[in-house]
Amino acid sequence: MTTKNDVIVSLKDIFVQFDGEVILNHIDLDIKDKEFLTILGPSGCGKTTTLRIIGGFLEPEQGTVTFEGKKINGLPPYKRNVNTVFQKYSLFPHLNVFDNIAFGMKIKKVPKDEIKRRVKEMLAIVDLKGYEKRSVSKLSGGQQQRVAIARALVCDPKVLLLDEPLGALDLKLRKNMQWELKQIQQKTNTAFVYVTHDQEEALTMSDTVVVMNNGVIEQIGTPTDVYNEPVNAFVADFIGDANIINGTMLDDCRVRILGEELECVDKGFGQNMPIDVVIRPEDIEVVKPEEAVLKGEVTEVVFKGVHYEITVMCKGCEWIIHSTEGAKVGDKIGMKIIPFNIQIMNKMFLAEKNTFYADVVSADKEANTITVHVEDSEFEIEGQYFEPETKLAITLPPSALSIAGDGVGHLDDVYIESVIFKGEHNEIILESDKQKWLMQSDVDEQVATYVPLKFDFTKAEFRVMEGENET
Amino acid sequence: MRLKRPSIPYIIWMAVFTFIPIALILYSAFTDSSGGFTLEPFTKAFGYFDVFLRSLWIAFISTLICLVLAYPIGYIMSRQKKSTQNILTMVIMIPMWMNFLLRIYAWITLLQSGGPIDTMLSLLGIHTTLIGNQGAVILGMVYEYLPFMVLPLYSVMAKIDNNLIEAAEDLGSNRLSVMRKVVFPLSIPGIVSGVTMVFVPSASTFLVAQYLGGVDDIMIGDVIDRIFWSDQNTGAAIALILMAAIFLFLIILNFFGDEEAIA
Repeated sequence: MTTKNDVIVSLKDIFVQFDGEVILNHIDLDIKDKEFLTILGPSGCGKTTTLRIIGGFLEPEQGTVTFEGKKINGLPPYKRNVNTVFQKYSLFPHLNVFDNIAFGMKIKKVPKDEIKRRVKEMLAIVDLKGYEKRSVSKLSGGQQQRVAIARALVCDPKVLLLDEPLGALDLKLRKNMQWELKQIQQKTNTAFVYVTHDQEEALTMSDTVVVMNNGVIEQIGTPTDVYNEPVNAFVADFIGDANIINGTMLDDCRVRILGEELECVDKGFGQNMPIDVVIRPEDIEVVKPEEAVLKGEVTEVVFKGVHYEITVMCKGCEWIIHSTEGAKVGDKIGMKIIPFNIQIMNKMFLAEKNTFYADVVSADKEANTITVHVEDSEFEIEGQYFEPETKLAITLPPSALSIAGDGVGHLDDVYIESVIFKGEHNEIILESDKQKWLMQSDVDEQVATYVPLKFDFTKAEFRVMEGENET
Repeated sequence: MRLKRPSIPYIIWMAVFTFIPIALILYSAFTDSSGGFTLEPFTKAFGYFDVFLRSLWIAFISTLICLVLAYPIGYIMSRQKKSTQNILTMVIMIPMWMNFLLRIYAWITLLQSGGPIDTMLSLLGIHTTLIGNQGAVILGMVYEYLPFMVLPLYSVMAKIDNNLIEAAEDLGSNRLSVMRKVVFPLSIPGIVSGVTMVFVPSASTFLVAQYLGGVDDIMIGDVIDRIFWSDQNTGAAIALILMAAIFLFLIILNFFGDEEAIA
């Protein structure tokens, strides 16, 4: 007998790249028997690729896939006891509902009576009794979806893979199907691996949530864990609303944000460490200004049905509060946060400034300009003079970086890894060929896109590297 | 029902190029040289019954060979990258840019005794006549009409979503049963149009048999070609019978296509 804690599928050190672009960067993942596991992440994070590896449609370049303890690398999809519900349903248009569902059993030469019985049972589970003879092209999106689920589940897989199966449905149907999927999963006692970019779906249905970004797993945990104790700003920002603020960990249980010292419950981050602080909007209590350390002025109040969404400016930083009691714009309020609700996270990008190395290719003393070579690009810097062939270390603050609106940047095709609103500005982490960059911006940039990056060299510090020449 | 103005050019076109010629053929087939009604052209036409059957037989075999060759070609083409697909389509089309007669002459040169293929076979100790028989006629026909089979098959197969193939594999199908249970049923419209496009012209073709076949291998197209100048009425009667036979064949084929597509 298998118990709920038995690992059924295990991915170890999986690495995948297409055309030199890393899709999965050495990920490890265990899927337990009978659990509802959701892989959550923005588009392009590698979640569908992970699913295709489990299904056998894609072979990883490195790493092992094990199924019930046996290595199954190289095993074709039809030999795996895993079934998939595809994103666009992929029902066979030339077959009716019955034949679609019976497809897998007919291949396995299951006796006719049993096929009939099991299709009927399955149709009852997915709530499509009496639909056997219908043509699949005449079904609605939600019905097609349920046929696709029935077709996969009737094969009695150990693991059912679902690739954003609700993506094409409208909101109301999606809510219904979320509930139904969870019911089906519990009725059939099958492990579900569900891929989605919708955090709400992930939180409602899952036993385990796996948050992915840029080819790596950021966090694995129960929905409560990832919501209440996100490991970093990306997870906090991706799941639910959050106030994410730069802070400094002074000592165990003492944190400083916006110049104020607060008590918290986290330990072990060291002394005077720059960290990220996350505070959920519902964890902030609106009190009189004199009753709280953090004070601010209400700038916006929106009624959201269940609660009011109150925006507060506090020392140049924007805070969101969810409260059942409203407030008036212009009110001076205090924001009371109990220590338990102040969540401390390691910074995703440790350095506060960007340092990179450049080779001076040519220099013009009269015009006071130099041309430098960085990564694969060459560009001119005005107002500086260094001898050709000097090696420079250039340091730029996050505010000196920008995305070239005209498309002409100093570095081309820089990947936006994450965009997180930190109260005052967006903090954007970018990745070029050789390094990561931290940028400050007031514009909402699109994650997982490639952009031209531009530098403002008037804010730069230049340092000549001596005796450190590359050999 | 009121005629819509834009359909007028189409009606004129159909009248000039379809209905009037058919009416003229009908008239010729039922009259003698002086213009009086007679069934004599049909009695004469039945004298060529064996040629008629042979033509349908050769057309049938050629179509079958085309289908067997074109099916894997079309499938492989349809599973390539888009750019590769375009290049392969081009490669299939290029021979069609060359004149039809020229291609037949090329086969004569290749197949004749003392030609390259014959010489090579002789070296291997195989002595046989490659030209002037039914086999050569079928070879010529297959060569001539293969692109007409490949292209419709390819275009139907290219529309089969790769996800359907993956779904079938996911449900336990190996490559063979993916072909049998998914690709084949979904490619039936392509088979129907390919078979139509090969069978119809090859049943009525001429010259191929005259050049590549022997004296006994002439086809009904050649008979019409030869007889029409001397006896227009009999020629018209044969043409009419051929038309009727092809029409019947198309009806049967379409019936098949529809049945399969629904089931």
